[in-house]
Amino acid sequence: MGSFSAFSLLRHAIGGNRHWQRHWRAASPKPSYDVIVVGGGGHGLATAFYLAENHGIRNVAVIEKGYIGGGNVGRNTTVIRSNYLLDGNTQFYEFSMKLWEGLSAALNFNVMFSQRGQIVTAHSADQMDAFSHRANIMRLNGIDAEILGRDEVRRLVPYLDFSDTARFPIHGAILQGRAGTARHDAVAWGYARAASGHGVDIIENCEVIDFLRKGDRIVGVETTRGRIGAERVGLAVAGHTSVLSRKAGLELPIESHVLQAFVTEPVKPLVDHVVAYGADHFYVSQSDKGGLVFGGNLDGYNSYAQRGNAGVLQEVCEAAVALMPNISRLRLLRHWGGIMDMTPDASPIISLTPVPGLYLNGGWCYGGFKATPASGWCFAHMLATGEVHPLTRGYGLDRFRTGHTLDEAGAGPFAWLQ
Amino acid sequence: MLRIHCPCCGPRDHDEFRYAGDASVVRPAHDDPDFEAWYRYVYVRANPKGLHREYWQHVHGCRQWLVVERDTATHTIHSVHFAGQQAS
Repeated sequence: MGSFSAFSLLRHAIGGNRHWQRHWRAASPKPSYDVIVVGGGGHGLATAFYLAENHGIRNVAVIEKGYIGGGNVGRNTTVIRSNYLLDGNTQFYEFSMKLWEGLSAALNFNVMFSQRGQIVTAHSADQMDAFSHRANIMRLNGIDAEILGRDEVRRLVPYLDFSDTARFPIHGAILQGRAGTARHDAVAWGYARAASGHGVDIIENCEVIDFLRKGDRIVGVETTRGRIGAERVGLAVAGHTSVLSRKAGLELPIESHVLQAFVTEPVKPLVDHVVAYGADHFYVSQSDKGGLVFGGNLDGYNSYAQRGNAGVLQEVCEAAVALMPNISRLRLLRHWGGIMDMTPDASPIISLTPVPGLYLNGGWCYGGFKATPASGWCFAHMLATGEVHPLTRGYGLDRFRTGHTLDEAGAGPFAWLQ
Repeated sequence: MLRIHCPCCGPRDHDEFRYAGDASVVRPAHDDPDFEAWYRYVYVRANPKGLHREYWQHVHGCRQWLVVERDTATHTIHSVHFAGQQAS
């Protein structure tokens, strides 16, 4: 497979780029593995990579029902940030940010991580107070955060609506300079390539139908490509966690909802940060191809259909034009939907389960992409040692029983309102 | 856009309605001290990929609460009833 370097890129360029090889082996299932990770999305692949890299466990399979990059890892809006309020979330997402900062080097694959900064606009004095509260928490945790006044925001992003007729005038903003975006496909490919290079079997087009049991214990999976044994099985199938968990006899506090994303036709460079609208739910960044990539709210009712409805499209576009009137005549190129595991507190679950041999990583709500490296790191720790990683102590399933929920939005236990 | 056939108002777009979640969840009796029953009521959801019974309230119409049976994979609506007529 070879490794990437300036020299190898030059050599392949001279050869007309005709001699690149596959980046991961097309593996067939072996009879058994030490660990099976179900789900070849970002989190599953990262888990497999860190199992090999950090724990030396290389007899690992990642089982994916579709193809690598075809699920939520290729359906998100690629935003990476660590501006969380609550203990448990703040430290976890900052750990993830630090992993992002070294990820291209760690994987020897350019994930195009671009720390262009994220600006969230504030539209009232009260919201400025709330953002100061957030910035203080971030800074106390060693995370960069700045509060900007209206004039500073205007200097950075002059194309927002600063007119006298703005429906919600901009009072200021909170800026995290280290936030940004990454190329989501490259994250999937990079982790797959690096994991495969460590000996992990990545098995695509192989759907898990059921679990193999010995007594109470789960000892493998039944798949469309036969039975595969494993000492430990980790689920990383966010979106479909309920479907697979039910086969293992596990009831969960999760609902599946569809979240849409949108991209406009390509335009000249305009948005050079990630910008989020503080008065409604809309956020935008510009891809390297020039398209404005943006998103908003859930469709608002349980769904496993990977497509959204036009009502939300209209709502998000209304919010977009309220903040950025200059994009009102851009045409939408594509929009698509991904299925989210929504938990009652909108925080993820990385947890031991009551079923021996089964470990759970799911419930990612909106936050899955930015969490990919830390999620894989901590879930690999759990699969390797059987212990909860200190950074994910707050993400146990039992938090809903004990009342220690991590509800950033304070929306209460209604998945569709989170 | 879903089109919900309200038994009172006829076929209406779903944005006239407010979604209110899984209608198969049973609320424990007010004096039920069983922790598990309350935990399940508040948090645990079957979350089926397929037929799902769910509450919708026609807030921009007759304001009736409805139980809609809908396929979460295809959005096909199989039945709509007044919530009051439907034993939970």
